[in-house]
Amino acid sequence: MIEVIDVYKKFGNQTILNGVNLKVEKGQTLALIGGSGKGKSVFLKHMIGLLKPDAGKILIAGQEIAQLHGPKLKALKDRLGIVFQFGALFDSLTVFENVAFPLQEKTKLKEKEIREKVFHELETVGLKDDADKYPAQISGGMRKRVALARCLIMNPDVVFFDEPTTGLDPVIAQSIYKIIQTLHRTRNLTALIVSHEIPGIFKIVDQVAMLHDGKIIFKGTPNEIQASANPFVQQFLHGELE
Amino acid sequence: MFFLHSLKIIGHNAIAFIRELGKMGLFLCISLYYVFFPPFLIQRVIKQIHFIGVKTILVVGLTGLFTGMVLTLQAYYVLVTFGAESKLGSITAVSLIRELGPVVTALMVIGRAGSALTAEIGIMRMSEQIDALESMALNPYKYLVVPNFIASLISLPILTSMFVALGVWGGYLVGVNLTGLAPGIYYGSIADSITAKDLILCSYKSLSFGVLIAWVCCYKGFFAGYGSGFGAQGVSKATTDAVVLASVLTLICDYYITSIMIFA
Repeated sequence: MIEVIDVYKKFGNQTILNGVNLKVEKGQTLALIGGSGKGKSVFLKHMIGLLKPDAGKILIAGQEIAQLHGPKLKALKDRLGIVFQFGALFDSLTVFENVAFPLQEKTKLKEKEIREKVFHELETVGLKDDADKYPAQISGGMRKRVALARCLIMNPDVVFFDEPTTGLDPVIAQSIYKIIQTLHRTRNLTALIVSHEIPGIFKIVDQVAMLHDGKIIFKGTPNEIQASANPFVQQFLHGELE
Repeated sequence: MFFLHSLKIIGHNAIAFIRELGKMGLFLCISLYYVFFPPFLIQRVIKQIHFIGVKTILVVGLTGLFTGMVLTLQAYYVLVTFGAESKLGSITAVSLIRELGPVVTALMVIGRAGSALTAEIGIMRMSEQIDALESMALNPYKYLVVPNFIASLISLPILTSMFVALGVWGGYLVGVNLTGLAPGIYYGSIADSITAKDLILCSYKSLSFGVLIAWVCCYKGFFAGYGSGFGAQGVSKATTDAVVLASVLTLICDYYITSIMIFA
């Protein structure tokens, strides 16, 4: 479903992605771990076409996203969803309006149908009673759940999560993990989750990949990564300084 | 060594300046291109007309009124020495229509609405709301920039007309009530001196300033954080840059439009 082949990206003199190779099969959930500021979010922005690689290819559903334009790019983006690190909710719209926004702008559904769909998604993420609040009136965890509902309302095949539980208390983090797990099971979503929440994230993913110095230095199951002999992997997993 | 270093800095700044000009030009071309292609977001345009135009009425009205009043007062004390008080209405109206109306209105719109536009779009950029639009395959130019261009183009001429009308009325209040000039003489001199060319000049100016304000303010917000720092500092710098640049360009543009129209 997702294939990243030898992707390079530089900002000025700083190399962020230095030959990244990664493959995520259809219906699989992969966690991309790595230190802060190591390029995980930049990598994710390449996945949805917000950034273009300097070299290399990113294939999603067999199509190279960086080479697509116009209706083809639109059609591919309609199959993708992203939950941004801080939600990226439209702060002048209510929770309901945020979730309804993609439907209002991209479909010809009637108001009643939109309302039903929005409340269904808000119920999925447990925010049915907060529909009239503005993003500034809800907590960080709630914002992330609204962002998730907004992302899911268009029924994407692939969802990218940018640190979905960072900065949240363990109970809220668990609730978000549970939502992701349920969605994965019920909708057969392909998901790429950028995170450094270890070991919590291992419980909900099929595969784990580690980004270090702009490269994927490890890819395997959660059990395999914990048994890995790679010193960088072990250092990261155990939070050792050097 | 010092000479080479200075040359390097000058070269670097010159390239950065040219690159910025190119980026701004491209932004204008893309924005104008999308003005003419569907979907036309009428509701967003109406919302922005309310924001840029309706909410600026009070500021522009007050400024116009007092500008007309002070202009007439100053002109009266000059004209009275030549015994030419009958030209008071003419001087007030010509100044307002040709110069002060479009320019001061534009400066007021920049201060009230332009700065807010830059801040709003800048915050959307910083908080990834623009990225969110793009990730939904929605064109951010269509949603954030084009409605402001259209709203600004509609609002500026109307606000300028209001400014001029209130300015002329302010001049009347001072000229007739304070200095004792006959109302007929005040309005008669206006009718004698204003030509269609003056009104066309005023329209050209207000339309040009409308495009200019939307262009600069949206551009600075859209690219907030690109070389202007991040977070609150980035938005603050983008807003300041937008206000300064839009104001300076308004005055420069005013000079060139006037010089072209005078010789046309």
